[in-house]
Amino acid sequence: MRTIDVGDVIEIVAEMVKEINYHLPEDVYHRLEAMGPLESSLTGKHILRELLKNADLASQKEVPICQDTGMVVAFVEVGQEVKLEGGLLTDAINAGVRKGYEEGFLRKSVVGNPLERVNTKDNTPAIIYYDLVEGDQIKIELGAKGFGSENMSRSKMLKPSDGRAGVIDFVKETVSLAGPNPCPPIVVGVGIGGTLDKAAQIAKKALLRPIGQHHSEASVILLEEELLEGINKLGIGPQGLGGNTTALWVNVEMYPTHIAGLPVVVNINCHASRHAKRVI
Amino acid sequence: MSEIKRINLPLTDEVVRSLKAGDNVLLSGELYTGRDAAHKRLIEAIDANQALPLPIEHQTIYYVGPAPAKPGEVIGSAGPTTSYRMDDLTLPLLERGLKGMIGKGERAEKVIEGMKKYGAVYFAAIGGAGALIASTIIKKEVIAYEDLGAEAIHRLVVKDFPAIVVIDSEGNNLYRTEREKYKGE
Ligand code: SF4
Repeated sequence: MRTIDVGDVIEIVAEMVKEINYHLPEDVYHRLEAMGPLESSLTGKHILRELLKNADLASQKEVPICQDTGMVVAFVEVGQEVKLEGGLLTDAINAGVRKGYEEGFLRKSVVGNPLERVNTKDNTPAIIYYDLVEGDQIKIELGAKGFGSENMSRSKMLKPSDGRAGVIDFVKETVSLAGPNPCPPIVVGVGIGGTLDKAAQIAKKALLRPIGQHHSEASVILLEEELLEGINKLGIGPQGLGGNTTALWVNVEMYPTHIAGLPVVVNINCHASRHAKRVI
Repeated sequence: MSEIKRINLPLTDEVVRSLKAGDNVLLSGELYTGRDAAHKRLIEAIDANQALPLPIEHQTIYYVGPAPAKPGEVIGSAGPTTSYRMDDLTLPLLERGLKGMIGKGERAEKVIEGMKKYGAVYFAAIGGAGALIASTIIKKEVIAYEDLGAEAIHRLVVKDFPAIVVIDSEGNNLYRTEREKYKGE
């Protein structure tokens, strides 16, 4: 057994939320840089350059890339040989969020009761998914999810016979309906299979996988590539003002499902795709 | 991309008419912030026949809820929020002389009709370019609804605030025309 003090988790999470909000992750930055010259619309090119300028300025001044500093979504893997001390892990993660958002001058965008809509004033609670795994470490992967893009996400219970083509149509339809709203260029996370909730969870997880890193299975890689190509032919372009850079990347995750179903969730993220991973 | 036009705020009727979808502009002068909660209160005030807390005529509203300002800064990151959420709350403001709106994303048909009828333009600012946009804001003061925090109505003074005319006072809509051009490329 290895003992980990949850107090360490507070500090690490606080650092992570500040870092991802100030410094656009390198994978996103490089992808924006690489796609700029390939954009055929002049306005689109201009916008991609402005986004890089924005990222540089935010990083240099240590201010948020985007004012919607998001709701924190964390995927946490806890090794079965870890003994936690000093309190509850969930409380520690939320304490880290509270600390990071306060210290970092990040916007608090979470309301408590979704119908009464009173701001919790510290950006908690975070959405946390746990997984028990082998080993004696804790791995925290988290994102700060903006809602301009979250609101454009969709789910559908397809028929098994809809198959791969049905999935592709639904993803493209979702991006097309979203148009300019999710601040394109976007990153698209697709969850296929499982149950309604599982598909949504893996779609979110897909968004945390860095740009440039495909799925491990060849057939899924092909699907990711075909989706990216199809989306970039929709014409939406940067900020929806026309062009061929609508999506920077598409990540697909799959899970076994029931004989009678084919759940699909499309979770959209904007170019402010803020994500990081730490191992304790 | 067209040449950049420098535009002073508040907008005169003449300037509104001269702005065309696709124009790149740098805005300078005063504007007001307002998003979901502030719009709701403005409309409640109108419904109750109360005076509005800001001079609406010829003004521009920026749909934004900025991040908190760091010490020494005027404002935190301040990019646009998605405009469609304000669509149901916009017509009464256009009727009272609102001339400009800044946000991101499509508008409802009824808003576009209102813009044509009363003469107003809709600008898009680059969504997610919050740090860059904040650097063009030189003054900020709370005008109303302070209890709403980031959503309170602020008066901002901006210098060379970058935006694009997306829907003009004739109803030309860049989101619709441009997308078609690049389809299937
Ligand atoms: S969708 Fe993303 S980039 Fe756009 S405003 Fe929201 S968080 Fe910012």
